[in-house]
Amino acid sequence: MSAPSDTRETACRDIAEHATGYLDGALPPSENRRFRIHLSRCPFCTAYVEQMRTVSSALGGLSGEPLAPARRAELVAAFRGLGL
Amino acid sequence: MPVPLAGRSDADIVTALRAGDERTFAALVDGYSPTLIRVAMAYVPSRAVAEEVVQETWLAVMRGLDGFEGRSSLKTWVIRILTNLALRGGAREGRSVPFSSLEAEGPSVEADRFLPAGHDRWPGHWVLAPAAWPTPDEGLLAGETRAVIVEAIDALPAAQRIVITLRDIGGWPSEDVSDALGISAGNQRVLLHRARTKVRAAIERYHGAVQDLRPLMDRVTPEPPGGTARKSR
Repeated sequence: MSAPSDTRETACRDIAEHATGYLDGALPPSENRRFRIHLSRCPFCTAYVEQMRTVSSALGGLSGEPLAPARRAELVAAFRGLGL
Repeated sequence: MPVPLAGRSDADIVTALRAGDERTFAALVDGYSPTLIRVAMAYVPSRAVAEEVVQETWLAVMRGLDGFEGRSSLKTWVIRILTNLALRGGAREGRSVPFSSLEAEGPSVEADRFLPAGHDRWPGHWVLAPAAWPTPDEGLLAGETRAVIVEAIDALPAAQRIVITLRDIGGWPSEDVSDALGISAGNQRVLLHRARTKVRAAIERYHGAVQDLRPLMDRVTPEPPGGTARKSR
């Protein structure tokens, strides 16, 4: 016999609400198991979680602009001036 | 030419800096500044002021090198210096960022995209479900969706913007982010989740990638459209 919390079905709404915890591997083991069972049966939630994963990894390519060259040059000169 | 930082430990970098290794310093500035500028922009009104704060941060870092004890990671230490400087206010009106007022926001995905919790057949199941995006994953930043994504991030509340900047854009581990911002792991995750949810939703809106499941649900079927979420016995 498993605990009631293990037999209760996870709703799609809960999956959407905890997708980041799941992707971070931060869910407690029993919840993680329920999450995976739900995903194995639900193409919509599978798509949702995949899209969240996609967003996360795509953002890694969103490099910002560097510091303005003049400021960078000032900093390097200041570092040199420290005479470390 | 700056030397790459990848694979070098904090201790190694700090030792090089203390020895006056200019190339390591330049590499550190080049590697971290884009992320630092993004974070600073959550605190100050313009890009120019943000760059000024980042420049001050590096000056403070080089002066404070001897005091760095390695109890937190190097980047955590740098971010703390940055946020302190950004908040110091004065002429530039640095604004504080609330990291903890989360409860008021409600669910991250709109409730009307799901059946109600009390639904007799499929409680909490999608009604307006996500549909596939036409762009391949690797193309998200290539076309117009790049602007959609940047706009969505810029529109985020400051705390969410900072967390998604450090975690997803900067690639920082969650412990470093919660440590740098002085927030709990759970709080950090909620902020990241809300931020990612909004960016995902912006891409979805742009593509109109939503499928209405109601016509399927109206048919009498023993299983919900996705084959799941049936109420257990």
